[in-house]
Amino acid sequence: MGAERVAVVGVGQTKYSAMRGDVSLPGLLREATFRALEDAQMTLADIDAIVIGKAPDFFEGIMVPEYSLVQALGAVGKPMFRVHTAGSVSGSTAVVASGLIESGVHERVLTIGWEMQSCSEAMWALSLNMPFQQQLVAGAGGYFAPYIRQYIERSNAPDDTGVLVALKDRQNALNNPYAHLHEHGITYDSVKDSLMLWDPIRYSETCPSSDGAIALILTNEAGGDAATAEGRPPAWVHGTSFRSEPAMAAGRDQVSPQAGKDCAADVFRQAGITNPRKQIDVVEMYVPFSWYEPMWLENLGFAEEGTGWQLTHDGATAMDGDLPVNCSGGVLSTNPIGASGMIRFGEAALQVRGMAGAHQIDGARKAVGHAYGGAAQFYAMWVVGSDKP
Amino acid sequence: MRDVAIIATAQTKHVRAATATNEVELIQPVIQEVIERSGIDRHGFDFTCSGSSDYLQGQPFSFVMTLDAVAAWPPISESHVEMDGAWALYEAWVKIQTGHADTALVYSYGKSSPGDLPRVLSRMLDPYYEAPLWPTSVDVAALQARAAIMAGVTSEQAMADIAYRSRTSAANNPFAQLQSSAQPSALMDEEYLADPLRKHDCAPITDGGVAIVLAAGDKARALCSRPAWIRGIDHRADGHHLNLRDLTTSPSASIAAEKAGVANGPIEIAELHTCFTHHEPILRSALGLGDSVEVNPSGGPLAANPMMAAGLLRIVEVANRIHSGDVSRGVAHATGGHALQHNLVAVLEGEG
Repeated sequence: MGAERVAVVGVGQTKYSAMRGDVSLPGLLREATFRALEDAQMTLADIDAIVIGKAPDFFEGIMVPEYSLVQALGAVGKPMFRVHTAGSVSGSTAVVASGLIESGVHERVLTIGWEMQSCSEAMWALSLNMPFQQQLVAGAGGYFAPYIRQYIERSNAPDDTGVLVALKDRQNALNNPYAHLHEHGITYDSVKDSLMLWDPIRYSETCPSSDGAIALILTNEAGGDAATAEGRPPAWVHGTSFRSEPAMAAGRDQVSPQAGKDCAADVFRQAGITNPRKQIDVVEMYVPFSWYEPMWLENLGFAEEGTGWQLTHDGATAMDGDLPVNCSGGVLSTNPIGASGMIRFGEAALQVRGMAGAHQIDGARKAVGHAYGGAAQFYAMWVVGSDKP
Repeated sequence: MRDVAIIATAQTKHVRAATATNEVELIQPVIQEVIERSGIDRHGFDFTCSGSSDYLQGQPFSFVMTLDAVAAWPPISESHVEMDGAWALYEAWVKIQTGHADTALVYSYGKSSPGDLPRVLSRMLDPYYEAPLWPTSVDVAALQARAAIMAGVTSEQAMADIAYRSRTSAANNPFAQLQSSAQPSALMDEEYLADPLRKHDCAPITDGGVAIVLAAGDKARALCSRPAWIRGIDHRADGHHLNLRDLTTSPSASIAAEKAGVANGPIEIAELHTCFTHHEPILRSALGLGDSVEVNPSGGPLAANPMMAAGLLRIVEVANRIHSGDVSRGVAHATGGHALQHNLVAVLEGEG
C-alpha cells in the first residue's frame, strides 16, 4: 500500500428492485449517498471528491449522466470522476476512489456505483450486432454458458452444483433487506425445475435485472481513527487491484482467466494473505450465473483447480461454512450492473465492521470483495479487515 | 507528492472522417509510436488507462475492443474513464502517487464522423428538463456566447480574430485538421450557424487519437532528456443546469487553476480546450492568464477536435514544447460537458 492508509467509514445502499419507479435518477443516487453519509456521520460538505461508476450510458440513454447529477450530489466546485470498465466497473471505481486517499490527494471521498436497468433491456443492449465484430448472442448468459460447460467437462462437477449455489444465495438474500429478490418459497426443486435458458444455466440460476445504487465513504487513517474513537468501526483497506486481458488472445483460458488469477495474487500479496482459504473469513464475489461460484473459488485461489465445486457441495460456502460466500445474496439476488461490483466491496466492508445485520458472519475480520466484467476479462478486487494493515 | 513527468507523446493526423479505420486501427499505430518513443518495453508498463465514449462509437463497452491495441496479454493493470483522456492521465498520475506504479501508458480517441455529433452531444444534457428539447451542442454554446457578449467578455469580432489566429497557427502543425483561415473580415460576412456563432466559431468535427507515457522521478530522467514534469494537476465540476450557472465565467476552471498552481510562476504558453471561440476569453480570465501568454500555438481544438482526446491533446502539445526546449513552463486545460462544465488544469515544467 502507498503512503496513506484507507478506511471505509460509510456504506449506504438503496432498496434494490426491478423498477424503482418511486425515485428519479438523482433521487436514487441520493438515497444511497445519504445513507452512507449518515453511517459516516458526515454531510456532503465534508466530501472532497466524488468518484462515480456505472455500466454503459446506453442502459439509461443518458450520455455521461454524471454531468446532470453534479448539483444533486453536492459536487459543485469539487472533483467529480467517472470510471467505466465493463461489469467490474464499480469495483474498479472503489479502487480508483481508494487510490485518491492512498496517494494523499484527498482525505474524504464519496464513491457511488449505480444502474437504473428498468430504463432499458440490458440483455439486448449487450447483444448489438456490430460490423466486423463477434456478436454477443443473447446477452451475457449466452456468452458464458459454453465456458461453464467446459468447466463441468474439466472438473466432473455434479450437474446440480449450480442449483445448490442459486438456492444458497437466494436464501441468503432473505436476510438482506436491500436485496432485490426475496424468494421465500424457493426450494432445491423449484430451482432445478426452472426454465433452462442457456444450458446449463436455468432461469433461477441467473442474476436479475435491477435498479439501485451503493455509496461508500472512504477516508484516510485519521478519519478511520476518528470513527473508531466514536465507536463506529471502519473497514481498513488491506489491498486493491485490477487486471485486464483482451477478449480474444491465443492461449487465453476463458474458464479460469489469467487476469483473475493475477488480480487475486496481487491483492493477496498486498494484504499478506498466503492461504486465502484459511485467512479470509468471508467472500463477496461476482457470481451472476450460479456456476461461477466454483469457477471463481478456483480462479482466486480458494480451491485447487477442479475442486471448487466440492466447497459448494460440502457447504463450506454457506453461512455456517468455513468460507461463507455471498452472504448478502450476491449478484444472483441483486444486479444493478453498474453497482454490482461495489456492492461486493461494500458488503465485504460491512462484514468486517460487524454491521451486516442478519447476514453477518460472527467474528469476520478479513473479507474479500471481487468483481469481473467483459468477456471474463476485467477484474477488480479488494481485501478489507477489521484491523489496520 | 512524487515527481511525475510526461516522457513521450504521439498523435494521429486529425481528419474529418477516418472512414477506412475503426477505433482499434485508429489508435493502435499511435500506441505503437508512443511506446517506441518512450524506450519502455511494450510489456513494461505498470499501469494503462484510457478515455473514450460509448455514445460516439454507438456501442456499449466500446473500449473493450480497443484494448486489443495495447497488447494486454499477459494481463495488465488497466482502467478506463468515460471522459476525455486528460482524466485518464489524471487517474494514471494518482496511481503513480499511490506507489503502485512508476510508469503508465495513457491514450484516448474519438471517431465523431459516424454520427451527428451536435445532436449526439445533446444526450449529455439533463434527461428530465433539457435533453427532451434536443438542443445541440452548438445551440447550448450559442446561449453561452450570447451571454458572454452581453457581459462584455468578448465580441463577434474578437471571436473571429481568435478563429483566424488559431487556424493560421495550425499551419505549423502537421497533425491539425484545419490549417488555414479566411481573414477575420471575411469570416464576419458568413451566415450564423446559431446566432451569435458562425461556422468558424465552432471546433471542427474530427476523428483522431493521442497517447502519452508517464514516468516517475529518476525513471523519467533516465528515459527522457527533458521530461515535462507535471507540477500541478486538478479538476473540478460546475453545476449542470444552464439556468443555474453564470455562463460567462468558469468557476470550476478557476479552482482547478488555483489548485494546480498556475500562478506560482510565469506561464509562457497555454493550450486550452476551446471547443468554441468564446471559450478562450472565458478561460483566459478563469485561469488568470495575462495577455503575454500565447494561447493554443498548435491551433487548439479549433484546428483539430477529436472528441475524448482533444483535452489530452492539449497536454501533449504543451509537453512537446517542453521536450523540445522551446518552453519552460506551460499550462494545459481540458474540458468536459456542455458550456465548460468540467475542467482540468495541469501545469507542466521543464527542468533547469
